[in-house]
Amino acid sequence: MEDCTLVLGAVAYAPKVVTIWEGFKAFFVQHGLPFDYVLYSNYERQVEAQFAGNVAVAWNSPLAWVRARRIGAARGLEVQAVAMRDSDRDLRSVLAVRSGAGVATLDDLHGRRIGFGAVDSPQATLLPLDHLRRAGLVAGRDYAPRLFDVLGGKHGDHVGGERDAAQALVDGAVDAAWMIDGNYLAFSADGTLPAGATTILDRTAPFDHCNFTVSPGAPEAQVRSFTALLMEMRWDDPAVRPLLELEGLKQWLPGRTSGYTALERAATDEGFYDAAGRITARDYRY
Amino acid sequence: MDQGAHLLVKRALAEVQPGETLRVDGSGPHWDVPLLAWCRQHGHAAETCSDHVLVTRGPFQQGRWAGAAQAGQASLDAVGALAERAPPVWGLAARGAQVEAGSPGFVFRLDEKTAVWAENAAALYRQALASQWDPETAIDWRQDFVLPEAVEDAVVQVMTYLVENENAALLVPARHLGQVHPHFREVMQLLAIQCADEARHVEVFTRRALLHRANPALSGAGGQASLRTLFDSPDFSTSALLLSVLGEGSFVNLLGFLQAHAPDPVTRQIARLVVRDEARHVAFGMSHLEYRLAREPGYRGALQAAIEQRYDELSTGAGLNEEVFDALVLLAAGGLQASELREGFAKVQLLKREMAQGRRMRLVRLGFEAERAGALAELHTRNFM
Repeated sequence: MEDCTLVLGAVAYAPKVVTIWEGFKAFFVQHGLPFDYVLYSNYERQVEAQFAGNVAVAWNSPLAWVRARRIGAARGLEVQAVAMRDSDRDLRSVLAVRSGAGVATLDDLHGRRIGFGAVDSPQATLLPLDHLRRAGLVAGRDYAPRLFDVLGGKHGDHVGGERDAAQALVDGAVDAAWMIDGNYLAFSADGTLPAGATTILDRTAPFDHCNFTVSPGAPEAQVRSFTALLMEMRWDDPAVRPLLELEGLKQWLPGRTSGYTALERAATDEGFYDAAGRITARDYRY
Repeated sequence: MDQGAHLLVKRALAEVQPGETLRVDGSGPHWDVPLLAWCRQHGHAAETCSDHVLVTRGPFQQGRWAGAAQAGQASLDAVGALAERAPPVWGLAARGAQVEAGSPGFVFRLDEKTAVWAENAAALYRQALASQWDPETAIDWRQDFVLPEAVEDAVVQVMTYLVENENAALLVPARHLGQVHPHFREVMQLLAIQCADEARHVEVFTRRALLHRANPALSGAGGQASLRTLFDSPDFSTSALLLSVLGEGSFVNLLGFLQAHAPDPVTRQIARLVVRDEARHVAFGMSHLEYRLAREPGYRGALQAAIEQRYDELSTGAGLNEEVFDALVLLAAGGLQASELREGFAKVQLLKREMAQGRRMRLVRLGFEAERAGALAELHTRNFM
């Protein structure tokens, strides 16, 4: 008998991922969609699994989306982004500096040390490097980059790199640090960034974050059913709300791919992937 | 926004309806970025327009509290303050709080009002709070006295016996305490302070035993067997009867006896202070059983069975150990002369009659007819507790 279970891939960037997907699995099964999930330790393996036919849908980071799109394009295949969180749209990364440390413009960063996140973090490394490059500041030439490379392969989902960079900023080990806007708020709330101790020097343009990427050849009806059930999840349903809270959203929205332009450019310019989705970053361990 | 400004936005948003828009002005470089992130996290749409941000209130804050339930009423005076049965999902919430739907369920075995409640629980708790005493300052440990060796030995033996009984009186309510639904907070608080009382009693009896000796004296198997039946009793109300009403009730008589006959001022002071706490524990046990029996008269049969069952379990044991009995005789006698001992023996007999009489009266108050109350009072363990 043919197995009609829809299998989803997700990356285990934190223990809560198990709670989230066990909960969602129960929801899908309850609503008539045979569903299971496979956890990967990193996005690179997950994207490769999409093309090996191991998963029908992958809960992809924006960088994993870029790689999946490129691998697909190189093979004449089109991948699709079917859904995303409301909180995945129009994010920005911010460049924080110590208040009163004499860094008031990007020009003041010449010769200074700038903290980034994990080597594969879109929000704390790749997009910021691209942003500075477009402003005329090239890493290693105009400023000294310092990567806080925590848990490679998680594409920056693990907050540790950004937190370490923020801490280094406060400690004076770097003169500026990149982090996603939400983490700037979170670090302010938990005291990692003491109130008033830092200012935002610059920001990236808005970009989009994760999406559910459909693998080539995935069963269309099941994917449609999966997407429809996601859209049916309601924040005011007390059975679902704890899972949505853990996953950091209020509602699922249709996927869009218009918010990845800067990351596509960064992945090429910073030498992370080539046009066919091969990993070209040196010293990338995952 | 890194210094608490989100509170201003939150309060202003509470003033507009979902779907309505609020204009937020700010200053400082890139002041709008954290605001936009905050709005995204909270499900509000936001858009930067030159020098200000337009925030459109999202529907989600209201959604969170849809289906929330009020966990009774905080004040006991309010109508329907207490639920007859507290739902698991009220969990650890303060009584009267709005509890979000989807809160996790807690398992509290004692979640029925009838199973734990007493009308005067709050008053007894306040009374207990006001009556706490510090063993360090309430008792004059430095008083200089020397007793004849045999009399000091007798005091140490009685203290040894009291410590093991107080251990039971602490641990039995403590085992129930963790099972009481916090909805019945007055009972929970009263049990907690009752445990604190017993901890203090363990301390003072131990300190008196060690005043002139290196260690306490003898602990009999019969005494411990008696206490074990209390320790293992799984039912809150049965424990209230056996431990508080019958056991601690008898202890009130015993402590009165020690107040009158103890040979030294420290022991008399201790007995005077401890008896006040014990009387309060008896009062709670009585009130709880009166409350329960008024609503569940048939439960009287279960109580009677519990007394009889405990008696049967202990019928082959030694009961109160001989050393404790002899020590009490000696304390009442005050010396080893035959005439003194005769008098001491009679006083201990009187004590036992008073104890049985007290138990009988309390059982009558609980609605047992007089003859049965008398018979049940006599079935009480010879260990007193």
